[in-house]
Amino acid sequence: MIGYALKRFLGAVPTLFIIVTVAFFMMRAAPGGPFDAARKLPPEIERNVKIAYNLDKPLIVQYGIYLGRLAHGDLGPSFKNKDFTVAQLIGIGLPVSMRLGLWAMALAVGFGVSLGIWAALRQNHWQDYSVMTLAMFGITIPTFVTAPILTLIFGVYGVNIFGQEFTLPVGGWNGGAWRNMILPVIVLALPQIAVIARLTRGSMIEVLRSNYIRTARAKGLSPQAVVLRHALRAALLPLVSYLGPAVAGILTGSLIVEQIFGVPGIGRYFIQAALNRDYTLVLGVVICYAALIVVLNFVADMLYGLLDPRVRMS
Amino acid sequence: MSAAGIGGGRKAETLERAFAGRSLWADARARLFRNKAAVTGMVVLAIIALLAVFAPLVSRYAYDAIDYNVVTCAPDWWPVEAACKAGGSHWFGTDAVGRDLFVRILYGARVSLAVGFVATLVSLLIGVLYGATAGYLGGRVDAVMMRAVDILYSLPFIFFVIILMVMFDRNFFLLFVAIGAVVWLTMARIVRGQTLSAKHKEYIEAARAAGISPFGIITRHIIPNVVGPVVVYVTLTVPDVILIESFLSFLGLGIQEPLTSWGVLISDGANTMESAPWMLIFPALFMAVTLFCFNFIGDGLRDALDPKDY
Repeated sequence: MIGYALKRFLGAVPTLFIIVTVAFFMMRAAPGGPFDAARKLPPEIERNVKIAYNLDKPLIVQYGIYLGRLAHGDLGPSFKNKDFTVAQLIGIGLPVSMRLGLWAMALAVGFGVSLGIWAALRQNHWQDYSVMTLAMFGITIPTFVTAPILTLIFGVYGVNIFGQEFTLPVGGWNGGAWRNMILPVIVLALPQIAVIARLTRGSMIEVLRSNYIRTARAKGLSPQAVVLRHALRAALLPLVSYLGPAVAGILTGSLIVEQIFGVPGIGRYFIQAALNRDYTLVLGVVICYAALIVVLNFVADMLYGLLDPRVRMS
Repeated sequence: MSAAGIGGGRKAETLERAFAGRSLWADARARLFRNKAAVTGMVVLAIIALLAVFAPLVSRYAYDAIDYNVVTCAPDWWPVEAACKAGGSHWFGTDAVGRDLFVRILYGARVSLAVGFVATLVSLLIGVLYGATAGYLGGRVDAVMMRAVDILYSLPFIFFVIILMVMFDRNFFLLFVAIGAVVWLTMARIVRGQTLSAKHKEYIEAARAAGISPFGIITRHIIPNVVGPVVVYVTLTVPDVILIESFLSFLGLGIQEPLTSWGVLISDGANTMESAPWMLIFPALFMAVTLFCFNFIGDGLRDALDPKDY
């Protein structure tokens, strides 16, 4: 098990390294720079600014400097947000994004799994068909359509239908008040609920047909015990390997959701920073996201190995 | 595939006729046309595509014709009270500078569908070449090539696409390349897996033993068996690509004014949804319907081409 973990972990390091390298050179290959402001700086000042940020050195040297700092956990100063380091900015934005993402994830797993089980137990009945139709909607309709339409229903027309009391705010963060969280979290979770419901349904149906479930039923266990204690464990296995893609999906969705609802998370930083050519901030956010995905893929692999001994052996 | 079964003592000629009479494709087509959802999807999609292609003939408005007399006007039949009515021929109302929304949606469909097909083609080309090479050569080459795909797979690609689009000033051509480069990975995996498994099948062995030339084996046996999943994946890639393009356009990184795409229209609509909900609802509807169509067709094709599932 430890050997397997080590092998997996060592596999993650080159991935992160490649991400940093590609992102670094891709940004530098593009025309324009962070200090191409509308008002041209006097040449001496521009030179001094460039020296201060090491932008005067050859690209490969800059890359070396960046990697060296990164090895010490230093993401450098932000080029555009004066007086802030990238680490500070991420420190402000990440908790907000994490809060949003974790709630969405919890909602997605909770609803997705229960809907999936329900559909599987009522296979080919109306319950199954309605869950699968809903899942189809969830998978097909993108976040940037559901977000404004749900806002329109619950935030704008809501005043006439549910009254002022139950109208949700159409945007803003308000320090993370739960009323402001409801819509972003739901919008973020919807596609994942759909995928997870489909996955759970599929594997549950397969597991329910297997021999050991028949044995469990034959020895007279209650239907609940059969489903929850015997079938569910095996049925949730594919879900574990979906953990990585799910997190990636939520991160991608958060770019849109944070933009639409005005949530001050790192997704918004990323778009802004890319538009401003704030090299260090873009790299910082990419590294942050990539690390998250790589780590969660690693965790998913480990969990899978822990839950299914067959994987470890091969 | 049962139609292509070993003919036993039958003569080669009869076997040949059996092929012509009921091939894998005829079977698949029959199954596909029995699937109501898939047929509906194809019909609706065809209508949208035709409308998009003949957009200049369908509407008497130009997509970029600004008319300040009908700024942000609701269509005449709009059920809710609106500030102004656009007049009879603006079926879906007008946008913030008085352009006809219907024709703009059709032009958006042009861009979205074009990006969808071209980027999918790019991914098909790269993916099939890469995957088939890896699968056919096998061994160490395969291991190295697929390990590279694995690494690329774990990258948060959407971020690279965003960086690319921002840094190179929203270049239209680059949009195709960038999106195509993102989606070829899955294609390569599918093709490689299919090639690998097809290479060692008994019917290939049987065909070889029967003295069929390698070219015949590839065209008659390997390709039909590899093509199925690829076709299915292509139909599912197109909506994915449309989504990515709209995602970028929504963030303001894709198509630029006065040209438009569904992402841009939805983004505009989201900004004005309190005063002009039609600007959000119609583009969103068109996009959702199109995506549904592709998904239904994809699912239908999968069921049609993979009789094993029955």
